[in-house]
Amino acid sequence: MNERCAVIGIGQTQYAAKRGDVSMPGLVREAAKRALEDAGLTWADIDAVVLGKAPDMFEGVVQPELFMAGALGAVGKSMIRVHTAGSVGGSTAVVASHLVSSGVHKRVLTVAYEKQSESNAMWALSQRFPFNPPVMAGAGGYFAPIIRAYMARTDAPDHIGLKVAVKDRQNAALNPLAHLQMPDITEEMVRASPMLWDPVRYLETCPSSDGACAMIFSSDGSEVDNPAWVLSTAMRSEPMLFPGRDEVNPRAGADCATSAYKDAGITPDQLDCAEIYVPFSWYEPMWLENLHLFESGWKAIDAGHTHLGGKLPINMSGGVLSSNPIGASGMIRFAEAARQVRGTADKHQVDGAKLAMGHAYGGGSQFFSMWIVGQERP
Amino acid sequence: MALRDVHVAGFAQLPNRMNLDDYDEAEMVQEITAKALADAGLERSDVGFTCSGSNDYVMGRPFSFAMAIDGLGAWPPIRESHVEMDGAWALYEAYVRLQHGDVDVALVYGFGKSSLGSVDAVHTLELDPYSLAPLGVDPHAMAAMQARLLIESGETTEAKLAHISCRSRRDGNKNPNAPHADEADADALLADPYVREPLRAHDLPVRTDGASCVVLRVGGGGPRIRGIAHIIDAHQPGFRDLTTSASATKALAAAGGAGGVTVAELHAPYTSQEVILIKALGLGEDVTINPSGGAHAACTPMVAGLTRIGEAALAVRNGAPAALGHATSGPLLQHNMICVLEAE
Repeated sequence: MNERCAVIGIGQTQYAAKRGDVSMPGLVREAAKRALEDAGLTWADIDAVVLGKAPDMFEGVVQPELFMAGALGAVGKSMIRVHTAGSVGGSTAVVASHLVSSGVHKRVLTVAYEKQSESNAMWALSQRFPFNPPVMAGAGGYFAPIIRAYMARTDAPDHIGLKVAVKDRQNAALNPLAHLQMPDITEEMVRASPMLWDPVRYLETCPSSDGACAMIFSSDGSEVDNPAWVLSTAMRSEPMLFPGRDEVNPRAGADCATSAYKDAGITPDQLDCAEIYVPFSWYEPMWLENLHLFESGWKAIDAGHTHLGGKLPINMSGGVLSSNPIGASGMIRFAEAARQVRGTADKHQVDGAKLAMGHAYGGGSQFFSMWIVGQERP
Repeated sequence: MALRDVHVAGFAQLPNRMNLDDYDEAEMVQEITAKALADAGLERSDVGFTCSGSNDYVMGRPFSFAMAIDGLGAWPPIRESHVEMDGAWALYEAYVRLQHGDVDVALVYGFGKSSLGSVDAVHTLELDPYSLAPLGVDPHAMAAMQARLLIESGETTEAKLAHISCRSRRDGNKNPNAPHADEADADALLADPYVREPLRAHDLPVRTDGASCVVLRVGGGGPRIRGIAHIIDAHQPGFRDLTTSASATKALAAAGGAGGVTVAELHAPYTSQEVILIKALGLGEDVTINPSGGAHAACTPMVAGLTRIGEAALAVRNGAPAALGHATSGPLLQHNMICVLEAE
């Protein structure tokens, strides 16, 4: 790397089922302005803008960076639009951080968003195409068989999914920006909620949200007292239709994690907390294993290790299970990791967090992006 | 800190055709990536980073790039990313990625098919969804407004635009990767009816199917990227002077200028936009414009910009001391990239 990269500003919108009070540019601008205020900067201080979101069909606008250039202060600057399926929020942060770490730009604004209330994501995800296997019933229908394979492979008991669903919503109750606010949720409530895609129940599923997340990166971090330093970034992809794949424990995810830890010069047990992409409750135990965090994901959850105050708190913000503007969901994970090491996570702060990981995945469990951030300048 | 020298080590394209229905996304990607790596004398295992550009609306499906990577042989898993833009921006991302020192070879591709639907309708959907898209204005009408301003400002005439088309068709017919175009003299073209006054059929982009791939390498020879930069302008047509391109001018300056450039490959879908770009980039009469026939001979969505950079690299390989590749995105040249390549 030519330069370091520090996170000096973070801004998020309120996450909600429908943000009818703002346009799409209004939504991204809300997050971007909060990030600028957090960094103590103005639009003029930014050299380039990197925008990310999931498929354009979610809002019905083609290449929306074009019409959002003004709202994001990008006119006369360079602008890139990233799209890597569900991992896009993470990938967008990685691409933006590389503009700084490469030495090409000094300060970069990155924003990711989705305004899911503009359309129906299930429709956009469920189209049929000639000569391709149908991916029916949206993401839940795709991932449920993979979850069942995990349960069969590891003898995981049914209540693990319930525990994750409760834990993430309890964390969300500490985060006023979270979409779902269910402080009184119990395992019995989750168990009693309708079965959508066996074994995934309604309350074990992420919501559809409107929202945007923004971050500002700088090469020297001197703009603020408490920058989060990007210690490593990693991205890995593997093919969707390849019989050698293991979708329960995808090699691209495992390789991505190995690379992220190695480049940061740490081992996973040094992490103080992690925000990982869990759109269905069962993905927490699966990713805990895939990312080399625990040998048995479900046993770690059963022992309470991933609660706030546990051995390795996971999804302190409430996670994707509590707020899911799809294109932004990866960036929210990355931003929460940075908030933790900056010590600005308010009520969901992990005491003394110095090292944190952010993770996102997408497609058919085939696209992965990660970063590790730390309090100390590398 | 100094940037690493990045070279265009390989370039390949599928022939741009009106209809490439023999190929799906994965098949296009498989063929062009294999050809470009062969051109570079490299193996798939040499590639450290892969980046692509495509557009879901053009391909008529969400995640069009996800199936495409099945054509890459991405196993073991690869470092990979994607922009929902022309492949030229994927090349930019790859160029930035190569600055980190851990990987030395990047594979960049773009693919698109005009034959699957209406590219014009897709372009209408890239307009501001609150104030412009509901008007249903198509890209030809937008370009006609721009051409009208250009003619009224004295920068060009309908006859000059017809000559640009004649030259593009003539050059395109010598390029095996461009579709055949019927050649006619300018007077005959000017007898055709207007499509959107003052533009006639010959002023409009030739919408094609295709794919192209560039292999970038740190060191190792081949045309060197002397400078690369891109700048976006305001979206609303009323917010900028449509008879020039402030963003193209600024991007060229950020890329270090056009000194020594003898060939320019311009991504100008409309004849009138070539006039605007030549002026905005300050290209003199000693610069050969679009020897490939340019984007006006074959305009494959998400590909035409990357192909301009590839063609500029070919011009350097063929003896030009320096060549300029240009890519554009958005309505009326809103977003422009300049890549200046030079011989080592």
